Amino acid sequence: MNLFDYEDGREGYFGEYGGCFIPEILYSTVTELKDCFNDAKKDPKFWQEFVELMHNYSGRPTPVTYLKNLSEHLGGAQIYVKREDLNHTGSHKINNVMGQGLLCKRLGKERIIAETGAGQHGFATATMSARMGFDCKIYMGAVDVARQRPNVFWMENLGAKVIAVTDGQQTLKDAINECMRDWVSNMEDTHYALGTACGPHPFPEIVSYFQSIVGKEAREQLLANGAKLPDKVFACVGGGSNAMGIFQGFLDDENVELIGVEAGGHGPGLGKHAARIAYPDATTGIAQGYKTKYLQNSDGNMLDTHSVSAGLDYIGVSPILAHLADVGRVRFDAATDVEVTETLKLLMTIEGLIPALESTHAFVSAIKEAKTMNKDQVVLVNQSGRGDKDIFTVAEALDDTKWKTFIKERANLYV
Amino acid sequence: MSNQLENFCRQTAQEKDLMLMTHVVCGYPSFDDNWRMLELMDENGADIVELQFPFSEPSADGPLFVQANQAAVDAGVTVQDCLDFMKKASERFSFKILMMGYLNTAWKMGYEKFTDALVDAGASGFILPDLPVEECKDLHALSETKGLAPIMLMTPTTPTERLHKIAATAKGLIYVVARKGVTGTKTQMSTELEDFLARCKEATDLPLAVGFGVSCKEDTDFLKGKADMAIVGTASLRAWLNGGEQELGTFLKNLK
Ligand SMILES: Cc1ncc(COP(=O)(O)O)c(C=O)c1O
Repeated sequence: MNLFDYEDGREGYFGEYGGCFIPEILYSTVTELKDCFNDAKKDPKFWQEFVELMHNYSGRPTPVTYLKNLSEHLGGAQIYVKREDLNHTGSHKINNVMGQGLLCKRLGKERIIAETGAGQHGFATATMSARMGFDCKIYMGAVDVARQRPNVFWMENLGAKVIAVTDGQQTLKDAINECMRDWVSNMEDTHYALGTACGPHPFPEIVSYFQSIVGKEAREQLLANGAKLPDKVFACVGGGSNAMGIFQGFLDDENVELIGVEAGGHGPGLGKHAARIAYPDATTGIAQGYKTKYLQNSDGNMLDTHSVSAGLDYIGVSPILAHLADVGRVRFDAATDVEVTETLKLLMTIEGLIPALESTHAFVSAIKEAKTMNKDQVVLVNQSGRGDKDIFTVAEALDDTKWKTFIKERANLYV
Repeated sequence: MSNQLENFCRQTAQEKDLMLMTHVVCGYPSFDDNWRMLELMDENGADIVELQFPFSEPSADGPLFVQANQAAVDAGVTVQDCLDFMKKASERFSFKILMMGYLNTAWKMGYEKFTDALVDAGASGFILPDLPVEECKDLHALSETKGLAPIMLMTPTTPTERLHKIAATAKGLIYVVARKGVTGTKTQMSTELEDFLARCKEATDLPLAVGFGVSCKEDTDFLKGKADMAIVGTASLRAWLNGGEQELGTFLKNLK
């Protein structure tokens, strides 16, 4: 399946989704980016350069870990985990970011802007900018700034300027709007490093291209470990970049089932979650530069969304995944906030893993299904990130009294 | 087929050295305020008024219009409210009315229903800044049959070849974006803009309306003889917010 071999007149489309709905002023800039990316893609040395950079700077290849305890505990399928949490900066976001950094150099631009939800993409972008010498500005919804302070702290200390966006719902979508506004004003010297497999063409393709390193590695590692190809692969889906990353390793393996897990938040019901495909609430729309399934009202205005994890709390979804869902190649499920907290507790105590709240969504569905599978079957979960950044949210969800006391004591030091 | 809006512009251009297009965000601060704004715009010689249908993701707008869109959406302003207001305005005033907004409003309604609704409400056309020329075929074909003008944007970064492509699908007039950036910040009227206008004129015979940052008499004076129409958006909303009808009235009078 070559997703990026577009039909004539349908460049940037995946089935009915995708496209490039940008203000005219950006046309030349986006064309320049597209040309630059297409050249890089054709240059065999470019991918090599990217892979070497990731090995050297981010600790790739990240391992695939067999979860012996959990598999035995559940008594079903054998569970393996792709450890994107072990990347530098703690998530898969760095894959796309380093790649776009290389593109930015090729473009000859000196300034990088990026949106961020959980802060992982912003954190990775700030790191890359420091390393490659770019001037960096990160837009982040004010609500997300409040729930992800540790990442904001690191971004600022890495030399990035973090702007808290107070428009709209003050989350990821509003940060994307703000990036577009910056970009239309500063495109000559600025590259917009979009952080997920969404947005106008060519972003879904670019982000998927760099993230494909995850699935390529995972497939080889499983086979080299003596395991068979997985029966099922699970990944959480915010915008869809980690899911596209791991899924691309198995798209052509027809017997490998691919499952995307969205944020079920408080459960079904308009405004209570961020599940665009698993729940029936989203409809096709055009916003933020591309066509996909959006959580919107009948006038086409976007609805509020909710998730315990900032990184999944988004109105739209990768047009590529919306298409793969339509054609039945990817199945979608949702995990609720409550399920996520419970699953995180289990993973910590039984395997010593601390996945990000985002990634824990994938585990919720994987665990449910693994239980009902046979012992000779294999499940692969993409642990897209590590949970350290979520310590405040998790401690609150677990209602940890010692943590609360600690915070109060620390706060007293600053009065 | 020559377009109704185009004919109107051509006729009006004979009487005026520079036409005026103004802008109102529907339901912001309120529809009552909007009505008073329209009366003042009418009195002060507005030839065309854009009625912006509020959208939750106004990514091409600057801070003031973002705030206006958001407040209107939060206040529960619906597409139907905007259409009702548009109908009332088109019956009362002689200026032409354009729907301005984002593509999703049209898409979600369905292009057939959207164009019918605009005709019914008395609009002459629409401006959708996130509808690029590659994607406009279906909506433009429908508009053509209903006599609506789909307004296209030309920008300083648009390659010349592409200006011609845009001109080929535009009707009524061309919205010339004076500079990069979003709506609402001041534009330095310059020889660069003059050069760009010359490029636009090579690509199209349609009347040229210049917007983005046009905010004072100096700007409109600059445009006289170089373009056909000035588009004043954010500056008039700012005047209203600063000093209500008095300030807006003075602001519009001083533009001439
Ligand atoms: C650890 C982690 N996983 C997943 C996501 C969701 O993004 P995507 O769906 O693009 O992988 C995020 C986003 O911030 C994240 O930080």
